[in-house]
Amino acid sequence: MFPANFGYFAARSVEEALALLTKHGDDARLLAGGHSLIPAMKLRLATPKYLIDLGTVPGLRGVRLDGDSLAIGALTVHADVASSDLVRQRVPGLAEAASLIGDVQVRNRGTIGGSVAHNDPAADFPVILLALDASFVLVSPSGSRTVAAADFFVSFFTTTLAANEVLTEIRVPLPAAGAGTAYAKLGHPASWYVVVSAGVLLTRQASGRCASARIAIGGLGAGPYRATATEAALQGQALTPEVIAAAAARAADGTEPDRDIYASAEYKRHVAGVYARKAIEAAVRRAMGEGEGMS
Amino acid sequence: MSIAAETENRSVPIKLTVNDVAHAATVEPRTLLVYFLRDDLGLTGTHVGCDTSQCGACTIHLNGRAVKSCTILAVQASGADITTIEGLARAGTLHPVQEGFREKHGVQCGYCTPGMIMSAAALLQMNPSPTDAEIKHALEGNLCRCTGYVNIVESIRWAAGQVNHEQR
Repeated sequence: MFPANFGYFAARSVEEALALLTKHGDDARLLAGGHSLIPAMKLRLATPKYLIDLGTVPGLRGVRLDGDSLAIGALTVHADVASSDLVRQRVPGLAEAASLIGDVQVRNRGTIGGSVAHNDPAADFPVILLALDASFVLVSPSGSRTVAAADFFVSFFTTTLAANEVLTEIRVPLPAAGAGTAYAKLGHPASWYVVVSAGVLLTRQASGRCASARIAIGGLGAGPYRATATEAALQGQALTPEVIAAAAARAADGTEPDRDIYASAEYKRHVAGVYARKAIEAAVRRAMGEGEGMS
Repeated sequence: MSIAAETENRSVPIKLTVNDVAHAATVEPRTLLVYFLRDDLGLTGTHVGCDTSQCGACTIHLNGRAVKSCTILAVQASGADITTIEGLARAGTLHPVQEGFREKHGVQCGYCTPGMIMSAAALLQMNPSPTDAEIKHALEGNLCRCTGYVNIVESIRWAAGQVNHEQR
């Protein structure tokens, strides 16, 4: 299999990529690691007339500390997110999610920006980034804007990224003291795409009660969603195994997942609770300082 | 606009190093790296299995990292340093992972073998003493449809022992 032919531009700067996007409009697609786009092009599900390669733009890779946030370049590959000391120590749930994507070779090539902009409903990063209240820096010819994850992910393969914008950076607020992050995933055993996954940011008071919880679930619908019933059931409560189990059991409240060839709707709703519980328990352990980062 | 974009760019010059040899070529942008290696350079040791980035038979090293060359455009590899299975042996001496596959019968039909060896070599580069669990984790992106995984893991464990023995 090979893609339909196209014109290729190796962009040398974000400005040049923007100029090309403006010139070619809907005929052009941005290329990052290519691990979603190239397979779609090989299947002729995508037949862009032009590809604008961001891989040749310097300065879009790497993780740095910027004030009270992590700033992750959009072209940073999954393996580098997973192995970053900053990410592992400060936001271990994000490193966990990155390490569970695809396989070694995919993680060496796929990028966080590409995953976020593609917004596959079976992807990992959108779920954990919604839980972490991350935001995305979108640059256009007229300037830049920063959009929160909750506003960015719209539906299946759809985001608020405009046709003349480039996603350059992912910003992840550093969790407060006493907070824990975690990600748990049921992957399909063959493809390792998400069947169901859960991302958690939870802050624990010294008393052992839950000060706040943000819980995102993936795999049940058109994109990640906040499990608000679970969050409400944890808020202010003592974080006992019973409280966590009862709260997690409501992770699929209000959802009506489609059945597919892999799983019934009932099964998906059930395992959403199971993986929400696993992720909440891990986040609580980290909030208590047991191996704060990843080992 | 003083940008490269002024041309249609449907025939793109690339330069890359493959197994220590510098190559310059002109390719259609849609050319996948694996076909450039096989058809243009004649390096047919890198195999096409599933062609859908699942099986890992096309695994090569790009700037030292294991990647699937069926899901990379040749133009994306311009400027890169690539190693294929043909470049793993040095001065007629097999790489320890290649020796391991021979010693421990890690080969059945052989189709997945080049990709398995490239993934294993990348693993040992980063982690010279992997546990069995780490070896299996590193092979998640490589499928053997003969299901010869037991001997493959054993071959890599043997290679790790050789590497560590040599370094002592």
